[in-house]
Amino acid sequence: MLELTETWYLVLASLVFTIGAVGLMVRRNPLVQFMCVELMLNAVNLSFVAFARSLDDVRGQAIVFFVLVVAAAEVVVGLGIIVAIMRRRQGADADDISLMRG
Amino acid sequence: MFGLPTQDEPIPFDELPLDDPLLFDEPAGVVIPDIEWSAIAPNLILMLGGILLLTVVSLVRGRTPSWFSAVWTISTAVFAGVTLVPLWQRVQDDGAESVMAGAIGLDGFSLFVTGVMCLSVVLGALLLEGYLRREGLAGPEWYVLLLLSASGGVTMASANDLIVMFIGLEILSVAVYVMAAMHSKRVSSQEAGLKYFVLGAFSSAFLLYGIAMVYGATGTTNLVGIQQFLSETVLTQNGLLLAGFAFMLVGFGFKVGAVPFHNWTPDVYQGAPSPVVAYMASGVKVAGFAGMIRVFVVTFGPTYGADWRPMVYALAMLSLVVGSFGAIVQTDVKRMLAYSSISHGGFILVAVAANSEAGTAAALFYLLVYTFMIAGSFGIVTIMGRTGDGLHALSDYRGLSKARPGLALLFTVFLLAQAGVPFTGGFLAKFYVINSSVSQGQYVLALIAMSAAVVAAFLYLRIVVAMYFDGNTYRGESATLAGPKVRIPAAAGVALGIAVVGTLWLGILPGQMTSVAGDAVAQLVAIGP
Repeated sequence: MLELTETWYLVLASLVFTIGAVGLMVRRNPLVQFMCVELMLNAVNLSFVAFARSLDDVRGQAIVFFVLVVAAAEVVVGLGIIVAIMRRRQGADADDISLMRG
Repeated sequence: MFGLPTQDEPIPFDELPLDDPLLFDEPAGVVIPDIEWSAIAPNLILMLGGILLLTVVSLVRGRTPSWFSAVWTISTAVFAGVTLVPLWQRVQDDGAESVMAGAIGLDGFSLFVTGVMCLSVVLGALLLEGYLRREGLAGPEWYVLLLLSASGGVTMASANDLIVMFIGLEILSVAVYVMAAMHSKRVSSQEAGLKYFVLGAFSSAFLLYGIAMVYGATGTTNLVGIQQFLSETVLTQNGLLLAGFAFMLVGFGFKVGAVPFHNWTPDVYQGAPSPVVAYMASGVKVAGFAGMIRVFVVTFGPTYGADWRPMVYALAMLSLVVGSFGAIVQTDVKRMLAYSSISHGGFILVAVAANSEAGTAAALFYLLVYTFMIAGSFGIVTIMGRTGDGLHALSDYRGLSKARPGLALLFTVFLLAQAGVPFTGGFLAKFYVINSSVSQGQYVLALIAMSAAVVAAFLYLRIVVAMYFDGNTYRGESATLAGPKVRIPAAAGVALGIAVVGTLWLGILPGQMTSVAGDAVAQLVAIGP
């Protein structure tokens, strides 16, 4: 049977991070973009835990809690901004929100 | 695969030494580290000032007068600035130290940056006061966010641990995302807020991933620990560490608006409320560069300088070129200043790429001068935007010298300072940066920096020409200023006064401040006995 080492988790984390980063750049819906940010942050959490395990160091796992709190705070602010925009017009698409160019 | 240390086989459960008395007799107590509150007094004052302000205005029945929050904010920032003086003396006499169980570094560098942050809070609050009344937006939340974000910036500048730095960066950024989107009457403000938020969160994730990789490679997030590890250990496979550098550099690059991560800057600067831009361009950038210097120059610099310097070198070069040339084609003054701030960022990156103490001192001096002149410039943009904060086209400045000669003169001083004209702080700031770069043998970069300064001067002169000469016979029209009358609120006048005095003082009598910047050495010290 294939043994699951920490490296597998690191590879998985890097894949999830890439999906998040590409998704944020490709998708136009701000809500999906937020989800992609969450994916990126959680991929980082996964790699922190994997590193903590392979280094046998509990601090790496403690960091995850800080990151969770930060991610929650970020999403609260982001959704607040979207609600403020939605109040003024229907639909919140990143392509609609482009008064400023150049 | 990544050169990770391997771990011993885990012990199966039934083989655990559960009857071992050592395992259970000791009560598992949490060791609380000694916390020296006086060492983080400036940061505490800024944060508590913000929280108390929010509490006070919520408890008072009815609305507090609009000046109250501004006065509170300015006094808080000044008070925090005053507490820096004894701390500075202590650091100069006894040397740098690590406090809060090694999480916070108390050194000249962090104190200097804290001072600059306090300055940008004072200037930002002074500009906000008149702005909020003019736009009918009175609310204490702006000032609360301003103070909280400054405390995040101070945390970032004094962090001795990558995670503390990340949290400082987030406190700084999240507050500014809200401020950018808070002008409820302008759609472009909310658009700017959303853009800033999405790209800011993106860059934070990159920074955090970089931190994770550095943690994986070195086994610690403490900067002192990382520095020790890197100087004592030769990594046979350092791919993970170098990838960590790259990711962290992307994260910091976004925050300071370095090319190719600059795309958000013009849009956000154009859309966000002008006084907030004054703070964003000064305070947020100062904190971003402080974090960057602390991580790259101080921590990785002695051992891995050769690995990250080419990356910063490229960022600096691109920022200088794109910032200078990008500004030329703009017709909106806020966008022009945004590109000029990108090119200033390039200059500071030149000093970072020098990877030396002289480079750090040059960057600090540049950041101080930059805060004065950019806050002053955006102060004038705030006033000139007039009600609605929308009149920012270059043509809206036509004939300003006739309508408000004083304002036109002040703007000219700030623009010439940004161009680096002698007898202004901008000249010496650029001089020290180029000096530090040349002394490290970066001749090409220094040449590009000087050429970029010449190109950028064209942009500043374009605004000056619009204010002074275009008005006379511009396409046969009269010399009057278009749009409603320009009113200068008293507080904004004070801010402009402080900014212009600072800009000229640092240009004519720089000796005192350059020696302070030279003393503001960044040091990583292990926790004392």
